[in-house]
Amino acid sequence: MYSPQIILEAALNGLMTGAVYALIALGLTLIYGVLHIINFAHGALLTCAMFAVWIAWAWLGLDPYLVIVPLVPLMFVLGYGLQRFVIGPASHGDDGNILLVTLGLSIVLENVLLAVFQSDTRTLDTDYSFQVVALGPLLLSFPRVIGLAVAVVVTGLLWLVLNRTDTGKAIRAVAKEKLGANLVGIDVPHVYAITFGLGCACLAVAAGLLMPTFYVNPRIGSAFVLVAFTVVVLGGMGSLPGALLGGLFIGVVESLCGLFLGDSLGQIGIFLIFIAVLLVRPTGLFGAKA
Amino acid sequence: MTARDLIPIAVLAVLAALLPLVVTSSPVMNFLVFTLIVALGAQGWNILGGFGGQFSFGHAAFFGTGAYVTAILQMRYGVNAWAGLLLAAAAGAAVAWAIGFLSFRSGLRGSYFALVTLAFAEVFRILANATPVTGGAAGLLIKLEVHPANLQFADRAVFYWLVLAFVTGVLLLTRWIQRSRFGAQLVAVRENEDAAKALGVDSLKVKLRAIALSGAVTALSGCLYAQYFLYIDAHIAYGSWISVELLLAPIIGGVGTVFGPVVGALTLHGLGELAKQFAGRIPGIDLIVFGSVLVLAVAFARGGILGLLERLRDRGRGLVARGAKEVSHAGR
Repeated sequence: MYSPQIILEAALNGLMTGAVYALIALGLTLIYGVLHIINFAHGALLTCAMFAVWIAWAWLGLDPYLVIVPLVPLMFVLGYGLQRFVIGPASHGDDGNILLVTLGLSIVLENVLLAVFQSDTRTLDTDYSFQVVALGPLLLSFPRVIGLAVAVVVTGLLWLVLNRTDTGKAIRAVAKEKLGANLVGIDVPHVYAITFGLGCACLAVAAGLLMPTFYVNPRIGSAFVLVAFTVVVLGGMGSLPGALLGGLFIGVVESLCGLFLGDSLGQIGIFLIFIAVLLVRPTGLFGAKA
Repeated sequence: MTARDLIPIAVLAVLAALLPLVVTSSPVMNFLVFTLIVALGAQGWNILGGFGGQFSFGHAAFFGTGAYVTAILQMRYGVNAWAGLLLAAAAGAAVAWAIGFLSFRSGLRGSYFALVTLAFAEVFRILANATPVTGGAAGLLIKLEVHPANLQFADRAVFYWLVLAFVTGVLLLTRWIQRSRFGAQLVAVRENEDAAKALGVDSLKVKLRAIALSGAVTALSGCLYAQYFLYIDAHIAYGSWISVELLLAPIIGGVGTVFGPVVGALTLHGLGELAKQFAGRIPGIDLIVFGSVLVLAVAFARGGILGLLERLRDRGRGLVARGAKEVSHAGR
């Protein structure tokens, strides 16, 4: 049997992994809430951001946390451009089409990365990668504690942007009533693109937080994006607090399933939750009625 | 179905069947067999996704079930491969019906249906990767024993004809669906489910029938894949690559049309091979082409290649008609 301390440590570790899931899901849920689309390219975009962090470390010797600062605007611009000039025009405003266009984009991005970087797995090491923080009898990984803190702060910032700025007001208006927003003079394609950009900016933060303890290869994004879908569905599509809590919850579930069932079966808990939520309550725990 | 429905299918099937008499190179035959196996699976996807409008992102669940059922029956229980083929199709239909029952009864459609099918396929993949009966992560090897009873032939052309026969059979099946009452109801559900219900269509029953048929056909293609390549593991059989392949082909070729999946599979893999020839040893180059073609098709050719051809033909006819009018005006 497992001692309570091991279980508690696994749960806390899961909580901190969950924080990064939450960040990834935050971008996804924001895009879903406003554009009402499922962004299949989210995973590939995360992979791009992770490679950017790795390159900055390997070629320029920059600290991964520091890279977050320039990477956030860069990913914002990339996301803005993609939605404004590729996804928007190519999909003619039809939901099924958007699904397909983002799927096509993700295939292209993933395989361009594969062509450039080959399928090797890359890691980076920093002084603090293996540092631990003692919390009473528990030992917690330092980069993961940072991850949890930053995830909470970013969720708060995003909430402030949405609720306290004019842009945020415009975003919420478009999310609620696209036609009405257009009538009062809001540039809907611009707001769509800004939302997509914000979603991608979240990925930049997630990538910077992940890299000190994780690895990157061209296919890594798809593993995260499935988990992020689960988080988004669980938390309620479009709900920011739902994404944060859902992410933390899924992190704990994954960690505990991994402890009890072994690594290869560990992920199954996530997908069973995913299917169960979709079948029983597709609006999620925090979502508004569809 | 009338003769006009059958003749194009028959002519194409005969032409395709004559191909091995001209082409003898084994890489080309390999390419054709693999592409036709994908086309068969894509035909399965098209029954549900094209005619029924329910976009599945997890048809790997049925492909893999077909592959594993036949491989396990043959290797562990010594079941004849032809019987295994039928049982694999039945298993595919059963799995598809169960997934459909759970998701359609909960009213999942659109993006939600896409997500739930994706999740089901992942569950199957993880299970197949972890349980002993499927060979776990090591996968399953089918023993090489060339004998018609084992679906293994000395000549590649025979396997090609076998796959071609299945593809032709499903072409006929989809043509029948298109002309049948069931097909009309399926299209009605796709276009407007509430309106179809109001007219007395039992939409749940129609969708379940479609997904079961779809699952059976896709399972057949998985089974043929296993029998041709003689090796499967969880990432091949239940991997997301095959879900994507099976959905790309009909969308590129012409979604909800009889020939769309076959045209799409041939076009995609033809382009992929060309790209490989030109670009050399760059990994993933064929997939870059697939992804770009998908985006371009959605952006510029909504009915796929067949839709594009139809539009060109209509435009051509329009031009001819206008030309005739002008000529007759000028003659006056």
